Amino acid sequence: MHKLRQRYRYSIILLKQLVKTDFKLRYQGSVLGYAWSLLRPLFLFIILYIVFGVFLKAKGNIPHYPVYLLLGIVLWNYFAEVTAGGVGSIVGRGDLLRKINFPKYVIILAGSFSAFINLLINFAVIGVFMFFGHVDLSWRALIIIPLVAELFILSIGLAFFLSALYVRFRDTSYIWEVIMQGAFYATPILYPLSLIPHRAAKVLILNPMAQIIQDGRYVLVTTKTQTISQVYGGDKWVWAIPLGMTAVIAILSAAYFRSRSKYFAEEI
Amino acid sequence: MSDDDVVIRVDHVSKDFVLPHERANSVKSLFTGFAQKNSGHTRKETQHALNDISFEVKRGEFFGVVGRNGSGKSTLLKILAGIYQPTAGTTQTSGKLVPFIELGVGFNAELTGRENVFLNGAMVGFTRKEIQAMYDDIVAFAELERFMDQKLKNYSSGMQVRLAFSLAIRSEADILLVDEVLAVGDADFQKKCFKYFRSLKRDEKTVVFVSHDMQAIQEYCDRAILIEQSNLVAEGSSHDVSTAYTRMFLDQEKGAEVLKKTKQRWGSEEVKYTKVGLEEHKLNDHNKQLTLHTEAVVNRDVTQAILGFKIRAEDDTALIGSNTKLKGHELTNLTKGERLSIAWTFPNIFNTGRYIVDIAVQSENYEEVYDWWEQAATFRVERDEDNSYPVHPMMSVVVKTEK
Repeated sequence: MHKLRQRYRYSIILLKQLVKTDFKLRYQGSVLGYAWSLLRPLFLFIILYIVFGVFLKAKGNIPHYPVYLLLGIVLWNYFAEVTAGGVGSIVGRGDLLRKINFPKYVIILAGSFSAFINLLINFAVIGVFMFFGHVDLSWRALIIIPLVAELFILSIGLAFFLSALYVRFRDTSYIWEVIMQGAFYATPILYPLSLIPHRAAKVLILNPMAQIIQDGRYVLVTTKTQTISQVYGGDKWVWAIPLGMTAVIAILSAAYFRSRSKYFAEEI
Repeated sequence: MSDDDVVIRVDHVSKDFVLPHERANSVKSLFTGFAQKNSGHTRKETQHALNDISFEVKRGEFFGVVGRNGSGKSTLLKILAGIYQPTAGTTQTSGKLVPFIELGVGFNAELTGRENVFLNGAMVGFTRKEIQAMYDDIVAFAELERFMDQKLKNYSSGMQVRLAFSLAIRSEADILLVDEVLAVGDADFQKKCFKYFRSLKRDEKTVVFVSHDMQAIQEYCDRAILIEQSNLVAEGSSHDVSTAYTRMFLDQEKGAEVLKKTKQRWGSEEVKYTKVGLEEHKLNDHNKQLTLHTEAVVNRDVTQAILGFKIRAEDDTALIGSNTKLKGHELTNLTKGERLSIAWTFPNIFNTGRYIVDIAVQSENYEEVYDWWEQAATFRVERDEDNSYPVHPMMSVVVKTEK
């Protein structure tokens, strides 16, 4: 353990400082500062409540629909922040990379951690609404922890791949932007899965983000939503597909990043 | 020396940079580039930045890397720092290595001076606690106590450099890689830099120093290598390497003609200097007189010889000088084998900086040059009370104010 700490001492020091710096700079110059971390999900909830809770009744038969929506959006936003923010992060630190040698993965980790802190703040807001909305919580809510872990691994994996690819191909950021826009609507975030044809749902739910969001809603908000297993008629093994995808993406991306990172300084 | 004493080992290192004429950094050019490759029309050019470089640096050595701009010396430094990967060959280093390729790595203009101290500290591997412990010293050395809570963007460039330097000298490195960019800046800052270099030498740190300033190389480095057009062309004592470097320029100027004597020294050698020296220990004692000792030998009988000296600043401004004739010493009818010893004494009027001593022996009425030796010696003076004038004689001032 001591040896491990010694080995990663520099990375840990750097990681802490980069996350701290990132947070300091995030709301720099804004009057409300850190309060925006809380205010953003708050206002989002108010908008969702007005649009979907009052005007549109497109909620199928799902209770606590605004909270249900908010959770989906918060999880998606984390994914978007880590991946879209990750694309340019290596190139953005090019100045540093050319002057000092340090473990490059720290840059991606730092971006991922500061988004994660944001995610936790968002969860706190969701928790407040769940409390006031009288959402029943059970032991099942704890399953959100491995789900968030899966989300973390999936997002950081893609960030590793995208950031390394962007060093060589600057089109990566535009391509990813388009993919993210498509993926937002291909993931059941704004609409309940029950509203789309069953065959389409069977395909869409295989996407790890769709699986994470639906599972998250199931364990935190309401059991009246469909998890991947329910879409496939109670088959538990089907979980292996999105989980396997996440693992493969993470491992391949990390390997690609690792092999490329030696050359970042000269290729940027 | 045993193998344990080698702290840097560079073994047959080569580095190529592939320079595509049009960078394939968009997907379109990836495809078109691919198509071109198939049709045999790749437009890539390989630049050999370093070619089969090998050398070793021992613990406690001050090691110079000399070369012209674009010779590959900075690439070598970046390979040692682990920033670039060698195309072929290996490098090994032992101990904590800190590169000073630029000061203030990671400085962020939007953060305060204080925050930047912690950020830059982390870049060189200090924990928050460690920085906290030395924070006051860093700030005091940079003389920025009143500015630490201001954003860095409001600092002048001089203030930024001061803060960065004050941080840099804290890094507890076993091996330091120093690029010449460190030694730029105003006179005051250079003075601090050189003071720091001297302290490194005292503490027996291993330093790799990249420069094309031969004076600095000769003054600080024990050994050096010369890199020219990606190849290692000379290795040895810093004196030998800087001679080789100077000769390289001369060779170029005079074409293929090989010069036996350097341009700095010429003459018919009837009377020739054998020794020149300055009492260096007195250099920084400004109340003392300085003495320049010279010795010469007579190789052929001459009727008269005039021996003189000149001291000039680095920008070639002549400051002081004299000769034996001017001072009323007639050295006549010198015979072969005779030895002359001349000691010049003058007040230390020099300001901070580097000074060059030229000496010469000439015939009666200065018609013939027996020995003309430019840059026979150099010396450096440090003054605490610095001003912008080249000379700095003893001065006092009386100030009266009336109301």
